[in-house]
Parts: sequence; C-alpha cells; structure tokens
Amino acid sequence: MNGAMKFRLLCCAVAIAGLGALINAASAADVGPYANLGRDVAANCANCHGTDGRSRAAVPSLAGQDAAVIVQRMKEFRDGRRAATVMQQLSKGYTDAQIEAAAAYFAAQAKQ
Amino acid sequence: MNGRDRAANYSARTTRREFLKAASASFAAAAVGAHSNEARAAAPRVVVVGAGYGGATAAKYIRKWSGGRIEVTVVEREAAFVSCPTSNLVIGGSRQLADITVPFDGLTKWGVRIVRDEALDIDPAARSVKLGGGERLGYERLILSPGVDFIYDDIPSLASPEAQARVLHAWKAGPQTAALRAQLEAMPDGGVFAIHIPKAPFRCPPAPYERACQVAHYFSTRKKKSRIIVLDANEEIQAKKAFFTGAWESLYKGYVDYRPNSALVDVDLATRTLKLDFENVTADVINVVPPQRAGAIARRLGMANANDRFCQVDFLTYESTAQRGIHVLGDAIQVAPLMPKSGHMANQHAKVCAAAVVALLSGEEVNPAPVIANTCYSYVDDKRVGHVTSVHAYDRTQKTMLVVPGSGGLSLTANEEERVFAEAWARNIWADMLM
Repeated sequence: MNGAMKFRLLCCAVAIAGLGALINAASAADVGPYANLGRDVAANCANCHGTDGRSRAAVPSLAGQDAAVIVQRMKEFRDGRRAATVMQQLSKGYTDAQIEAAAAYFAAQAKQ
Repeated sequence: MNGRDRAANYSARTTRREFLKAASASFAAAAVGAHSNEARAAAPRVVVVGAGYGGATAAKYIRKWSGGRIEVTVVEREAAFVSCPTSNLVIGGSRQLADITVPFDGLTKWGVRIVRDEALDIDPAARSVKLGGGERLGYERLILSPGVDFIYDDIPSLASPEAQARVLHAWKAGPQTAALRAQLEAMPDGGVFAIHIPKAPFRCPPAPYERACQVAHYFSTRKKKSRIIVLDANEEIQAKKAFFTGAWESLYKGYVDYRPNSALVDVDLATRTLKLDFENVTADVINVVPPQRAGAIARRLGMANANDRFCQVDFLTYESTAQRGIHVLGDAIQVAPLMPKSGHMANQHAKVCAAAVVALLSGEEVNPAPVIANTCYSYVDDKRVGHVTSVHAYDRTQKTMLVVPGSGGLSLTANEEERVFAEAWARNIWADMLM
C-alpha cells in the first residue's frame, strides 16, 4: 500500500468515524438519559437489602436514607476506606452516575 | 449500530408497534364484549413459565413497575417455592426443607395470577401457551424461566426413571434433597459418600463443593469413620477453589478425597459403582449430578441455540435471539463470560427483563446499559460462610455482559461474620421474589 492510498483510507476512516459520532450524538439527543436508571440500579441491591431497600433482616435498610450518605458510603467502600465483606468488591462495579441515581431512588422510598 | 442506538431503535420501532397492537386488541375486545371489564381488557398480557428465582421475580417486578397496568399470569408446576441456595444445609442436617420453602401466595398480593400446571407448547404465531390441563394462555410477551433439565444420554444405566430415582441428583431442591439426606442418615458409619460433578457449565458452580463440605460436617460430627470422594469431570474446582480446599484441609482433614479429571462413563446400580475413564469407585451412597440444559419448554422453537443446550438472549431484554416476543431467564440461558448460573443471577436477569418488557409494552425506552451483580454465599458447616461477588455491565461493542474491571472478589476463608449476611440474603431475596 503506498502513502497516498494510506492517506485516502485514513481520510475515509476519519470521515466514517465522524459520521458515526454525529449519528450517536443525534440518537442520544433523541432519547435523552434513560429515565429509570436509579430504579434499575437500586433493584440490584434488593437481593440483600430488600425490595426498594426495605430489609427484613440484618442487612441495613436503604429506603428513606439520605442520598448523600448513601453516596458517601459507597465511595468509601469503593476507595477501600470503609471495611466490608462484599461491599468494597460490589461498589467498584458502579459508576458515580449509577450510584447517585440509585441513592436518589432509595432516598425517595418510604421507610416502611 | 451500538447498543444505545439499538436500544433506542428497539424502543422506537418495536415498542410503538406492540403498543399499538396491544391497544387495538384491547379496543377490539372492548367492542366485542360490551359487558367485559374494559380496564382488564386494555391490559397487555405477559405469561411467565416457572416461579423460581427468575420467573417469580419477573412476575412481581412487571406488576410493580407497570403500576399494575400489565396482566401477569405465572404457570408453575409446584405447590410452593423450594430454594436451591441453602438446600445443601438440609443435606448437612442443620436445616429442614420447611426452612427453605416459601409459598407463592405473596405473588397474588401483587395481582399476579398463578396457574398450577405445566406449559407444554408454544404457538408463536397465535402468541399462546398450551398447558397440560388444556388451557391456552394468550400473551403479548412470554417469559420462560424453566431452570434446567438433566441429560442422561451419556449415562446408559440411568436411562430409566426408576434408575434415576435410585441414583439421586438432589440438584433441584425438594423431595430429592430430603431423600439424599435420608440415604446419608441410613448409611452405617464407616461408609463412603461419592458425588460426581459434570463438566461445566452446570447450575451453581460452588454448590458441589459446598455439598462435600456439608456432608463432611455431618460425618465429622456424627459418623467419624465415614469418608467422601468428590469425582469432578473438570480439571479443577470450578468456584472458590482456595476457599473450599482450605475448608477441607482445616476443618475436614482426612474426610474429603478430591479427584479431578474424573469423567463418568456409566453407573453400576447393583454395586453402587461409578465407572470412570480410568477407575471404578464403589460407595455406599452415590450422588450423580448429571449434565444440564435449558428446561424443555425453552428448547422448543429453536431457542436452545447454544450447543443445543442453552438459549442465547439479547442481554438488553433477555429476549431469545431465535424467537421475537419470547424471553428466557436464569439457568436456561447461555451465560455471558464469567456469569455464573445462580439464583441470584436469575433474579437480576429477571429485573432487567421486567424493566424491558414494561418499556416495550408501554412505548418507552429500554435501558441501553444494564448492569447486574452476583453475590453467592457458601456454607462450609452450620455456621461458617464465605462469598463470591461480581458485577457485570452491558458492553455495547460485544453486545454481552462483561465483568466490570476491578469489581468482585471472594472470601479467603470461611467465617462466622458472613453467616449473618448469608441468612439475611436468603430472607431478603426470597421476599424480593415472592412477597
């Protein structure tokens, strides 16, 4: 492959990538952020913390807790600053946006 | 097209069409039956087959997240839910079947209709499921969570139901769990218990090794001259390896003889001998966990499209890749890399599926980036426990679930602290499914 051909291919690749980015941006703008992110991430926690964070056993309830406190705890687990059995390992699987959305969902739930 | 575009398109095209179809069907129904309950007629219908960790969770969450707008019928063969997780403790003697049994009544509080029957066949064109009792249930969306069936093809002597009843699997919690416990109790001290583990993938990777611990717990407290032989068709322990070998070395020294690369060729029922490639092992109680595949209803219509055993699904919706409108959950699916076949995982599949089904039937967007997690506890005796965890996020490029780098881990040794969490897990997940 000669230099000119490489250059043309590169231009093509850049153009296609640019087009792809435009399409992505357009579709993201069409649908907006996923509306149920907090609800869906919070549902992951229900297996141990109870449906909507209302625990029936020794694991703490998250329903009605302050969102900022839940976010703070999760970040402490994630950074290894707070001792835990499973929570350090699990917290590392979530982004800030996911943690914040789930915390807001729990905060909005009735305690009982 | 990336995952988000795909999800958006899915939502835009499929949902609108389905939404209109459901709406027009209900309009027709309302027009025909002047006396029919219009609110009821307007509801899209979902049928769920199987009320285990996957199906029960899906049924509850579709009712919950649709605000009761979607009609949900569950078809279930059994009278009550019996949990596979924790069932090894019944074999070890520290729990009874009643401790791991939960009634289905709680689902009716959510407005779920429960039909005690067996789903025999699906008519995808008519969108209906035929039940053993003759009833046909129509649906807009069908969710199959049938668990696994056992494959006896390569164990000739276990071809008949009579032989299968004598050599227990105890890999579906219920009568076989109690029967295996009874066989162990009837065994004289000085006897041998042998368990055979099939090649992966099988339901619940840590469970065979947990079972060896539970039997060792029973023997070390009540039958000290008895021994355990673990015959594994795999080349090594399939989950929590250091954790289990640690327990065998520290708690059960001399009780557990683990033999990898031990593929089963056949069984001699008269002498209770497990015939392997290179040796024969005779024992007083033999427990054969056969290879597994998706439950029969999910193998219909070409849905078991991974090695003719498990069902490939779209991880955004858990819809079968072979049949539109039919979703598959739990142990019946072809898992993503490093995703275990566990009850916890089935519960998490079910919530992603429930969210997607509610969205699809309401003309809304499907979650373009689902994330799910696994937490699995194993008991080495009646009070010491360890865990394994993982978090799996949707990868748009590979269109599968991948473990989030850096997430997950496991207990190095069994400990009493985690028993509290393991017990809380069981209570809360059973309630999350069924209450």
